[in-house]
Amino acid sequence: MEVNQPAVAPAHDQRVRVALLRVISTIGPLPLLLLAVIIFFSTQESRFYATANILNVSRQATYLTIITLGQALVLMSGGFDLSVGALIAVTSVVSARWMSNFYAGHPEQDVLAVLVGVAAGLLVGLIFGLINGIGVARFKVSPFIMTLGMASIGSGFALYYTGGSPVSGMPPLFTKEIGTGRWLGIPVPIFFAVAAVVVMYFVMNWTRLGRYVYAIGGNTKAAYLSGISVAIFLASVYVICSLLTSLAGILLTARVSSGEPNLGASFALESITAAVVGGVSLRGGEGRIMGAVLGAIFITILTNGMNLIRIESYVQEIAVGVILIVAVIVDRLRDRYRA
Amino acid sequence: MSSDAPAPTPTPPDEVLRLIGVTKRFPGVLALDKVDFDLRPGEVHVLFGENGAGKSTLINIIAGSFPPDEGTMRLRGRPIRLHSPHHARELGINAVFQEFSLVPTLSVQDNLTLGRERTRAGVLDKRGLRRDAEAVLASLGFALDPRATVERLSRAEQQMVEIAKAVQGDPAMLILDEPTASLTDNEANRLFALIERLKAQGIGIIYITHRMQEIHRVADRITVLRDGRHVATLGASEASEARLVELMTGRTVEALYPTIHQEPGEILLRTERLTTASGRINDVSIEARAGEIVGIAGLVGSGKSEVARAIFGLDPIASGTVEIAGERMTRPTPRGMLRRGVVYVPPDRRAEGLVMTRPVRENVSLASLDLPTFSRVGWLNRSRERAVATQAMQRLNLRPPNIERQVATFSGGNQQKVVLGRGLTRDTRVFLFAEPTTGVDVGAKVEIYEFMKELCEQGAAVVLISSDLPEILHLASRAYVMHRGRLRAELVGADLTEAAVLSHFFDPDANPAAAGSAVPAY
Repeated sequence: MEVNQPAVAPAHDQRVRVALLRVISTIGPLPLLLLAVIIFFSTQESRFYATANILNVSRQATYLTIITLGQALVLMSGGFDLSVGALIAVTSVVSARWMSNFYAGHPEQDVLAVLVGVAAGLLVGLIFGLINGIGVARFKVSPFIMTLGMASIGSGFALYYTGGSPVSGMPPLFTKEIGTGRWLGIPVPIFFAVAAVVVMYFVMNWTRLGRYVYAIGGNTKAAYLSGISVAIFLASVYVICSLLTSLAGILLTARVSSGEPNLGASFALESITAAVVGGVSLRGGEGRIMGAVLGAIFITILTNGMNLIRIESYVQEIAVGVILIVAVIVDRLRDRYRA
Repeated sequence: MSSDAPAPTPTPPDEVLRLIGVTKRFPGVLALDKVDFDLRPGEVHVLFGENGAGKSTLINIIAGSFPPDEGTMRLRGRPIRLHSPHHARELGINAVFQEFSLVPTLSVQDNLTLGRERTRAGVLDKRGLRRDAEAVLASLGFALDPRATVERLSRAEQQMVEIAKAVQGDPAMLILDEPTASLTDNEANRLFALIERLKAQGIGIIYITHRMQEIHRVADRITVLRDGRHVATLGASEASEARLVELMTGRTVEALYPTIHQEPGEILLRTERLTTASGRINDVSIEARAGEIVGIAGLVGSGKSEVARAIFGLDPIASGTVEIAGERMTRPTPRGMLRRGVVYVPPDRRAEGLVMTRPVRENVSLASLDLPTFSRVGWLNRSRERAVATQAMQRLNLRPPNIERQVATFSGGNQQKVVLGRGLTRDTRVFLFAEPTTGVDVGAKVEIYEFMKELCEQGAAVVLISSDLPEILHLASRAYVMHRGRLRAELVGADLTEAAVLSHFFDPDANPAAAGSAVPAY
């Protein structure tokens, strides 16, 4: 890296500053921030380092991580998805309802019941993603309006579908094994999150889809001129984001053991914040999967730490908003200092 | 740091602006290295140099966009330190950059008076504003409707608004950054007349251009920059084309245009009575053969660029057909054209050509990832990609030769090589080049011409659409002239002369005197 330039000129302060800014602009400010947050909370609260808490944090981080993967993909394509929070709620109530209904009819068929519920949840994601994707790619509705509209539709639908009350009666296989269980001592959702991260890493770096997403986000016209079917790939991006979100919604439903029409409302803002903190550009065409993952872990640790030192949830919302705005400012500055 | 201002000297009458030892560093680059520069009242001082030589850094410093790291600046003898472009404007330093500073949704008059609106008792004095705007436009001789919305205007008209905006309010000096890039000859001539008038008022003008003809037309002095350093400042009379090219590139360029051996073979591209839905081109039938370079000339708005867009499937076709190697199509698409061996190089590489945030490698391969060479079932073969991109960029002599660098960090000429390189990543036989050398320095120009020569001699059909007439005259063996969306003429061999092409540029029924006065600058 450029840090070890021989000091030819007298070491100007400015030079050091520029060099530092450059390092930060290459790796992003995130690793430093993450370290700072961890050190801060461990000095404030001894429980922060407890094994139980670490497992708890890693479980919590999985949901946001999976959603952030989708959100990052949409951001890299030059859009964003405000409807992920509402989709969590819709996925939760629909998969819970289907699962518990099936289970009530066939109490011995718990595996099948889980599969039915999961399929219903993913189907919801597919439909959501297709509507978002077709709206944005085919009818050129701005992603902001399209997904904002879908967020309203989704949260309204989740409440209407359930009359506002939670859906229960899912098989223990789902709520115990997947929701709170462990495989090899590791919370089950982590396996899903790791798999999603690996798949998305390869998609972005080793497949045409990933390459095209960067190209479309960076310059849609150039992508079209290069013979890329922009509309199809753009729509796919929203579908993938929604499928990942639904996966997270299903895992979260298992965790809370009921279909909640109010589940996950904060995820839209948190996932965008996580992705941007992780170095994904709001202008599209730039960002890395591992950055987005780190961003999600950062936000989760921060939330967890704030819970432990008893910061009110209202104040936590303020904190997330502040971080989002600061992250966007850093993103802008980064552009300026990049060689 | 020589931040101490020198003792104030009495205002020398022969100096508007003086820069002494101006240095500017960007991370990793020394953009300007102790550059001296001065501007006299009533002169046009041309800044000349390759892209990346430091011209834009210099004018940005003068216009107050960012401060120099070292060196001093004096305006009419007084040391100044600019805080912002606004500050510069207040001191009478006005700039017209290539990127416009207009609000597209506002009218011409609102744009012209933006920031200096007259009010009456706190309410906008609309009639007064209209008068101001009309007065400015009339004094410049620009035929623009002050009520027209800026986004509805052509680029050339927007350029006129931008210039009108800059010259109002008595500037001490003016910076014009390639002001004719999008003007027609008539408009350019009006601009030159305007420059004469501004000079007579004692306004100093810094003028950036890549065009030799323009230098001869407007320059009083020329300063050549190379690699951030001041190379020479010469009077217009000493500045021959060869001399300037030599100073700029640091090497002698015997001939800008290579001799191309052209042996037209079978017809690879043919359009038949092509008409677009937009009506921008009408009933156009052209053909291009293997092993030849065919030019398409015409004024801005003549439809010459739209011909390539229609062929490549970017503008919907209302009637007529496109034929590639005998295969007839009525609804071409970019993807279908690429598959049939047609590559289109758009005139605006930033807007349509490149993904600026991505590395060169990804940009070069972008149009070819569907080929089995680069991917199988969607899975990329990155080592193969790297090899092909490296080879393509070696052939085009990319500098610096690092294909992993972001495209945005390269100079204009090298960015253009990246766009051209796309044609080398798949089997391409028809090249549609639209303005391939705009905003490209002479060094890169020569390389691009050399590239066309190679393509042509290896049997490709090259269509060269250009506003740079000498380019067409020297490179093409045959040329079409477009006029108002229609094909006006086809000139072959010895008939392909400057006079012949120009005679087809203008309306046949136009006032001959007006047409005559409009000829010289292309």
